This record gives sequence, C-alpha cells and structure tokens, in this order.
Amino acid sequence: MLTADRMIAAALMLLSLYFMWHAIELPIGWNGMTGGPGGGAFPFWLSAIMFLAAGGILIRSLRGNSAYSGDFFDPETLRSVIGVIIALTATVALIPWGGAYIALPLFLIWYLKIFGKHGWVLTLSLTLSTPIFLFFFFEVTLKILLPKGLTEPLFVPLYAMFF
Amino acid sequence: MELLGHLADGFATSLSPLNLMIVILGVTAGLFIGAMPGLGSVNGVAIVLPLTFIVPPSSAIILLAAIYYGAMYGGAISSILLGIPGASTSVATTFDGRPMAQQGKAGLALIAAAVASFVGGTVSVVLFTLFAAPLADVALAFGPPEEFALVLLAFTTFVGLGGDDVLKTIIMICLGLILSTVGLDLISGQPRLIFFDQPGFYSGVSFLVLAIGIYGVGEILYTIETSKSAPSVTPAKLTFKELKLGIQQMNKLWRTMSFGSIMGFFVGMLPAAGATPAALMAYGLSKLMSKKPETFGKGNIEGVAAPETANNAASTGSLLPMLTLGIPGSPTTALLLGGMVMWGLVPGPMLFIEQPDFVWGLISSLYTANLAAVLVNLALIPVFVWALRMPFTVLCSMVLILCIVGGYAPSQKMHDVWLIVGFGAAGYLLRKADYPMAPLVLAVVLGPLMEKSFRQTLISEQGNVLAFIERPLSASFIALSVVFFLLPLLKHVRRLFRGKRAEV
Repeated sequence: MLTADRMIAAALMLLSLYFMWHAIELPIGWNGMTGGPGGGAFPFWLSAIMFLAAGGILIRSLRGNSAYSGDFFDPETLRSVIGVIIALTATVALIPWGGAYIALPLFLIWYLKIFGKHGWVLTLSLTLSTPIFLFFFFEVTLKILLPKGLTEPLFVPLYAMFF
Repeated sequence: MELLGHLADGFATSLSPLNLMIVILGVTAGLFIGAMPGLGSVNGVAIVLPLTFIVPPSSAIILLAAIYYGAMYGGAISSILLGIPGASTSVATTFDGRPMAQQGKAGLALIAAAVASFVGGTVSVVLFTLFAAPLADVALAFGPPEEFALVLLAFTTFVGLGGDDVLKTIIMICLGLILSTVGLDLISGQPRLIFFDQPGFYSGVSFLVLAIGIYGVGEILYTIETSKSAPSVTPAKLTFKELKLGIQQMNKLWRTMSFGSIMGFFVGMLPAAGATPAALMAYGLSKLMSKKPETFGKGNIEGVAAPETANNAASTGSLLPMLTLGIPGSPTTALLLGGMVMWGLVPGPMLFIEQPDFVWGLISSLYTANLAAVLVNLALIPVFVWALRMPFTVLCSMVLILCIVGGYAPSQKMHDVWLIVGFGAAGYLLRKADYPMAPLVLAVVLGPLMEKSFRQTLISEQGNVLAFIERPLSASFIALSVVFFLLPLLKHVRRLFRGKRAEV
C-alpha cells in the first residue's frame, strides 16, 4: 500500500510536469495588452499546484507519516481487474476493424462464459439479444450509426429495410 | 402567489403524457440502478445520459432527474435485503435496516424506507420551490467576479469540509481543472494541451467521457473485488397488513422525519457534503435524541427512517444551487448540469427568466417523481427481491457494453471510447489509493466557467486583480473560501500544538 501510494504520487508529479510542458506553448505570464493571464497560464499554474501537492504526498510518505499498511492489491483481484482491462482494450481496438457487432458479442462471450463462468444458455441469449437491442436503439431509433468495419456490406440490406 | 401560478404552469408541462411516462420510466430505472449494489444515482445518470438523446432536451433532463430520484429510493433496497449499501448514500440505512431484515421484518423496513424517502423528498421539494426563485433573483446580480468567487468557494468546501486527505483533494481539483482546459483557449482560440497531437483533443475532454470512465468502467472495476462472494438475499414479502402496520409506525416518527428532511436539505446544498454525510448525521442525531438509544443498530425502525429522509432531502437540496446558481451541489447534479449545458439549457438565474417553462416543468416533475417513486417502489418489491439475485457478472457486462456504446454515441469518435477505458483504469487506481472522485468531476464541469469568469473580470478591469475583492458579494465569497481553505491547516496546527504539550 505504501509503495503504491508513493508510485501514484510520483506518477502524478510526472503527469503534472507533462501538462506544464504542454502549457508553455501558450503565454503563461501576465498579458499586459489585454490585462489578465495568457492562454497557457491556467493549465500551467494549476499543474504547478498539482506538482507541489503530489510532491507533498511523496515526502509525507517517505517520512513515514503515512496511514497505510497492508497490500494494495490481493493477487486474485489484480488478476481479475487486469483481465477485464485487457478485454476492454482488445474490444475497443477491434471495433474500428471488425465493427461493433463483432467486437461487443466477443467481449460478452469472454465476460460471461470465461470470466463469469456462466452456462451457454445465459451467455448465448445475452450475446445474441444485446446486438439486436443496440441496433434498434441506436441505429434505428436514434440514427446513430455504430462503426461496422469489415461487416459494413452485411448491413446494407438492413439499412434498406429500416431507413 | 406568483409562485403557485408558476408551479401550476409547471404541472401543465410535467403532467403531459410524454413527461409523465418519462418520469415513471425514469424512477423505475433509477430504483433498479439504486438497488444494485455498487451502482448509485451518479453511476445511473452517467451511464444513461448518452441514451437520453431519444427524447427532447427538456424531457431528457426530467428523465435524468427522475433516475436520480429513483436511485435515491433504490439504495435502501439492497441495504436492507443484502446488507450491502446500494449506493454510498444509503450506508446509514444498513445499520438498522439489515438487523430488521434478519429479524424477519424486511418488508416493514422496506416500507419504512419508502415512506421516509417520500417524506424527505416531499418536504425538500417544497423547500426547493420556496427557495429557488428568490435565490435566482439574488444570483441575477452576479457578474463574472461573483461567478469566479462562487466556483472557488465550491472547491474550497471540498478542502475544508470534504473529510478526505487535503493534498489528494487539491490534486483532484487541479487535475479536473487542467482537463477542462484541454482544447482551444477560451479567449484567443489557440489550441492548447493537444496531447500526442491527437486531433480528438481539439474539442476538449468532455465531462461525459470522464464521468462514464470513472463512474461506469471505474466503478465496475472497483466492484469486481468487493463482489467476489455471492450475496445472500433476505426474502421479503409485502402484505397489506404490513403496509398498514408500517404506516402506523411511521406516524409516530414525524419528529425524526421532519428533522431529517430539513437538515438533509441544507446539508445537501453544500458542494462537499451531500447525501452520504447528511444520512449519517441524521442517523447520529436521531440516536442522540431518542429515548432508547440502545435499540439503535438492533433493528430500530427510526434508524431506517432518519437516514432515508435525510438522503432524499439532500439530493433535492443539491439541485438547488445547481439550478439557480449553476454551481452543482454533488457529482450527480454536476452531471445533470453538464447534460443541461450540452442541450443548450445553461443553468443559472437567467434560466428562470429565459426558460420558465422548462424550470418550473422540472421543479413540478420532482413532485410527480416523488409520488411515482414511492408507488413503484412499493409495488415492485417482489421484483427487486428477484433482481438482486441476478449474478453480478451479468450486470457488469451489460454496464460495460453500455459504457462503450454510450461513450461513442454522442460524439461518434473512437477517441472518446479510448479515453473512457483510460479514465476507467486510472480512476480505479486513484480511488483505491483514496483520491476523492467528486471534486474531479465537479472541476471538469465547472472548469470552463471558472477560467472564463476569471479572465473576463481581469480583461474588463484592465488587469486589476483587486476587482475580485472590491465588490461586496464576491469579496465575502472569497473571504469564506479562504476560511474553508485554512480550516485543515488550523486543525493541523492545533494537533501539532497539542502534541507538543503532551510531550512536555
């Protein structure tokens, strides 16, 4: 827990430095012409405050004044959480290429069958009904087209039916 | 009596068949979301917001408010039946609700929670109606300096009263404000903070993307570890005899309930406080004032009624500054505010003048939502008992799918979906390390207003910084902010002082 606390504080310090580096592209000082600060001032000085506060946490933790003890993660939780994050990343990466109607059902099969250890009946009924709901809710009712990627040609007859 | 006229006009809007249907739909959805362990009003509003494009803007806000309301009722259901708070706002309800359920009085506890929520909701909506227009009138005198001072005040309440680690709160406020500056500079229009030269950042980081990331994906990741073991649902059935008995018992609790409602309303108005502390305070105070404090925690019906009146009253209370001043009182109302801005209904005093139909329609819909929520709640208790048996992985997978598609729908850019996954993972880590999320979301929503009002003031005053303290209203807001900001420092100094004395 203590290590995690320090690592997060250090990461936030780096992040605020990165923000500052971006913010200096615009003037960060006082603009004498119009009065008031320049366009980069707000993000820059807020990042500076963030840097100091994160530094404060790091120093406090190094001086041993931290209230934490015990583990930040237990191994089993960590495995589940990382599994879900990887699955989500893979799904989102697949969407532009294979389309939402391939990626999302694959995600559901993984989540329900492998991660959730449910039976095939529940898995398949949800895997099949979810895309149908999404199609009618988003595409037919809201006229928001979801990305289809490779599967685009298969939807042409459906478009003809509903639009 | 002008007020009653406005309210009557409002009911003409909110009682239209479409809006009535929306209110019933909203409270039912809210009840289910609230009843699910881990998901509360803020998650419900974040996940459902992108789906509300289906109705016209003013109805969409009524729908979101109804979900908010329903979720406040629903939180009590899993507190009582599972012993797990359905949302953080109903933590205090578990203290006596769970023992009541274990004694076979789950039905009675659910009735008490529903009736108490109704009383809390109704009293606070009446207070809301009385205070809204006068407060909006005062706010009409606000210029940019007052707006800036008010936003500053909202943030410093988190530092002074939030109860979280001060440094971590400051980091989250700064992070939110920085994220809100991504995109184009408000005054000069130049691009800034375009990370990795991604064109998606030119349109800024939407509050919705952040909210879905944190309260959708992040929340699910967070519940994965807490919901490992399948919870046991206490069976509850509801008979008319129990209903009558419940209402009889509640009749004796008017003092607790009226107290809880009024206190909840005012605590809810403070940005850093809100429904959770209001419920805990009401529980503590009713125990303190009770003649038999030893029965609390062992299934006292008063211990269910007090927090439930207070958390519902607080949720209405937090709507008041959002609608009249444009400063949300809680993360959920921050999302409502963001949604309203998205639809071109900018909250604040001008809304009362420019869109009176909408404002009073929304206020009157709170009355109908309250009534609908108590009726739907009581009618659907058997359904909730059944729904709580749903495996958690099913709920999680559905929420994650809605996060992906709902995140894509408003902007139709994959960029936003990537951000949602990123914010979800980062939000999960930060939350695990005790970084508070509410100030982050509030900062992203209020950031543009804060920067705009700050820079507008300075430009119109030719760079005179004293402009903020030359006007009495903004000066008093700033003075109050300074007090809140120094509060934790004072506590620290006092502790040091005491430590020194103890050593001597």
